[in-house]
Parts: sequence; structure tokens; C-alpha cells
Amino acid sequence: MTEVLNGPVYADTPKPPFRPGPAGTHITIRGLTKYFAGWPLYENFDLDIPKGQIVSIFGPNGCGKSTLINMIAGLVPIDSGEILFDGKSLKDTTIGYVFQNYREALFPWMRTIDNIAYPLKLEGKSKAEVDRRMEELVASFDVKFDLNRYPYELSGGQQQTASIMRALAPKPEVLFLDEPFSALDFEMTLFIREKLQEVFIQTGTTMMLVSHDLEEAVYLADQVLLLTKRPTSIAEILHYDDPRPRTVATLTEPTFVATKKRSLEVFQREVRR
Amino acid sequence: MPPDSTTTLGTPGTEATPGTAAQPWRHRGSPAVASPRKRMDWGRFLPLAGPIALLIIWDLVVRLGWIKPILLPPPVDTLLTLINGMTSQVLLPHFLVTLERTLVAFAIATAIGMPLGIALGSNERAYRSVEFVIDFFRSTPASALIPLFLLIFGISNINKVAIAAFGAFLIVIFNCAYGVINARKQRVAAAKVMGATRWQIFKDVLFWESLQPSFVGLRSAVSMALVIVVVAEMFIGSENGLGHKIIDAQQVMNVRVMYAAIMAAGILGYALNVAFLALEKRIVHWSGR
Repeated sequence: MTEVLNGPVYADTPKPPFRPGPAGTHITIRGLTKYFAGWPLYENFDLDIPKGQIVSIFGPNGCGKSTLINMIAGLVPIDSGEILFDGKSLKDTTIGYVFQNYREALFPWMRTIDNIAYPLKLEGKSKAEVDRRMEELVASFDVKFDLNRYPYELSGGQQQTASIMRALAPKPEVLFLDEPFSALDFEMTLFIREKLQEVFIQTGTTMMLVSHDLEEAVYLADQVLLLTKRPTSIAEILHYDDPRPRTVATLTEPTFVATKKRSLEVFQREVRR
Repeated sequence: MPPDSTTTLGTPGTEATPGTAAQPWRHRGSPAVASPRKRMDWGRFLPLAGPIALLIIWDLVVRLGWIKPILLPPPVDTLLTLINGMTSQVLLPHFLVTLERTLVAFAIATAIGMPLGIALGSNERAYRSVEFVIDFFRSTPASALIPLFLLIFGISNINKVAIAAFGAFLIVIFNCAYGVINARKQRVAAAKVMGATRWQIFKDVLFWESLQPSFVGLRSAVSMALVIVVVAEMFIGSENGLGHKIIDAQQVMNVRVMYAAIMAAGILGYALNVAFLALEKRIVHWSGR
């Protein structure tokens, strides 16, 4: 029974040895390949996402910013490659995801509080544990609206706040944010941006943020990941390490302005290429 | 409740004080505000305009002799026949029998069609493989199948219920399946990213997502069940039901009873539709928000 009857006619090319990222790497992406309609979107893409930092992803239209985080979050299947979280697979990792369209991300048949508690129920947490975590979240988000209402009874900003609370409820190792401010008015954008910064200062959760607003991308980021046109590769990774909490004053700091300017230069270079 | 716009407009000029002006809505409908109700709010009677116009035209047509009373009795007589019939043995038992058949057929169609439709919808390959059969029979007029069902079930009560259930079942299964297939992909994605299993996604997301289109299907299904039940009751050998009563009255040229029975069938259909709309609004409270 050990004999192979119909073995492959050609031998598989051996997998390249796994190269771990530098110390402090949280998500390791190796040889990521994704084709769309026969054309490569990502081909042999390698990336290291550092632990406990916010990485903003910025790039030309259609370069697959959202696809990248969707592949990492397991929402879009990959053709080949490897994505590891601290060496674990996605299956063994708790993640949170905040969608741009909060209206279609929350469940309107559940009360807002049950929406937020839903990931905890999926984990099989007891009622007492769920209640305790809910209290923590409500306190840290300083919620001023009634969570017993249905999501469609809340304003857009309140719904997106609830979405973020839901994503954070199970204490995820990584939080993915896909243009979380795009559907909000400016006032709510500022409010939720500050909330996110607060949460990050409190918890130090690794975050990956897709943004189409360069100022916002740099403002929140430790690293700005600039992508090329497809087939997508890394154009440049900019480090921005002004201390938090960052404020309105940050926006005029020379370091901020320089990072933003450099990002724009790289972006324009890539768009024209 | 629609805002009582004319009275609200009348209030500020007459007695509004700075204190009440800040929250004028608190006073709406409260007896403390002695708003002069000079003008009636005619808007709320608008839905009655159509029926009243219809009755007037009906009455005129009969009075002027454009249509013989033997073909169309005056509306007042017809309405009296309807009221008397519905409070006596003339129409009420038939009304109840038709209602019962419709509801039993609908219940059978829902009990089988809804779980099956949701199951098929969550497995799109399975649905595609039976899609043609469902679409074909959905396009076939169910009334065309009544003789076939007569062969199978004979001239019985079961026959009428079975054929109505069959017609309603196809509508339920189709709408439920499409409800699941067209579920918002992002809600499914949201559940998936939170680590929900296939079964959890099904019972916590797909089922709920499919409720609204399913209800549209249930509403059409109950109408379809009523249509088929009434048609089936018209066939030879029926002993009761509104369909039977309509044919029976027509055969002996008792037009008043015929029109009254037709109106009773209409009232039944309308009431079922309204009841389902109310039920839908209660259960699928997020619909359209």
C-alpha cells in the first residue's frame, strides 16, 4: 500500500524556505499571488506588518488596497502564498473588521447591543462575561446613545461607532479598517478618528487601515504603506513616528508635513508610471 | 399617525407663547390647546373617494338603464345582500370554508416551501439544478393543473387544498431561495470575519436576510392560494365555498347573491393582504430602513 500508483509526471518545485520578518513582526505575508480575470493583481507579494502599530495603506485606484486586507482577513481567497499571524494561521487568530458601509455591516434584526456582543456569543462566552465586556466597551467608548435601539434608528456616526465596538469586542489581535470614514460626515469622521486613536493608545492593537484620504492616513499611521499600480507591489514604506496623542497641532508639524509630502510624491510617481 | 397639519398651522398665531413655541409638538392633540377646528382635515378621507365614486357610477349606470338590472343589481341592494348573507347561512359558511382552505393550503406551502427555499438558496448549485423545474411550473397557470389534480385526488376537499398549496408552494420556494441568494454579501462577510461557522452564518444572517423577500413571496402566495381555491370551488362536484356560491348563483340568475359573493371574495383577498402587510411590518421591522 505504500506504492504510489499514479504519481505526478513532474516534480513539484520545492517551496522557497520561509523567511521570517524582522523582530516585532505580527503579520507575515510571503509569496502572495492573486489573479483577477486572468490578470495578476498580486504576484509573489511579500510584506511584514509590525505588531502594535497602525499601518495605513495608500495607493492608486484599483491597485487592490481593500483586496489586500480582505485577503489577509480571509474574505477574499488567495491563489497562492502564505499569511501568518505571529506564526499562526487565520483560523487560530481573532480579528476585527470595520467596513466602510456600516449600514450593510450591522445586523438590523438585532439590537445594537446584541450586534456588539455577537462576536462574543460566537465564541461561546457566558452572559456574565459578555455583560462585563460590554460594560468595559461602553465605558471606554464613552457611549452617549441608547444601545438598546436598533442600528437603523441610530445616526451614521453612531452606527460606525457600534461597528468599531463590535470589531473590538472579542479583543482582536488585528483590527482591519476598510475606509471606515468614507461614508461619514466630517464631524463624525473627526470624532471616530479620535476614538480610534484613543483605542489604539489604550490597547495597542495592530491595525491595518485602508484610506483614500492622505492626511487621515498619515495622521493615524506609524507606517504608510504606499502601493504601485497593478500588478501591485510595494512602492515605499514611510515611517511616521510623532508621539500620540496626535492633535490638530500635529497636522502642521514639520515631520507630519514632510511625511505627507513624501507620500504624495510617491503616489504621483506611481500614478504616472 | 399623520400630523394634523391644519390645526398645527392654526395654532401659533392664536395662542403660542415663547415657552410653548419651543416645543409645539408636545401640544398636538392635547385637549389643553383650544385650537379652533374650523377646517376639517379632508386629506384623511381621500382613500374613500375612489370607492364612493365607483358606487355612484355603478348606481347611475343602473338607474339610467345602461345595464339591465338582471345583469347588474343596484349597489345598495348588492351591499344589503352582502351584509345579510355574511350574517346568515347564505354566505358566511361559504366564506369560512374558502378562508379555511386558503389558510390550510398556504400553511402547507409555507411549511414545506420556506425551509426548502432557504436551504436551496444557501446552496446556489442545488438551486440552479432545480431552477428550470420551479420556473416552468411557476409559469404554468396553476388553474390549468386543476383537472390533473382532480384525477389524482378526486372531487374532494383535499383536491382544492392540494392544488392551491402547490401553486402557493412554488411562489414561496422561489422567493425564499432568491432572498437567500441575494442576501447582502457584506453581512455574510461580517459574520465570517467574526469567525462564524457555516451553520451560524445560515441561522444568524442568511435566514434573517431572506425574511423580507420571503414575506413578499408569502403575500403573493396567499393571494395565489385564494385564487386557486375559488377557481377549484367552481368545478363540478363542489358543495361549498365562495367559488361554488358564485357559480351557483349565476346558474339560477340570482345576480344579487352572485355579486355579493364576488365582493365577499374580494374582501377576503384584501383582508388577507392587509393582515400580511401588518405581520410583515411587525416581524421584518427593519425593512426599508
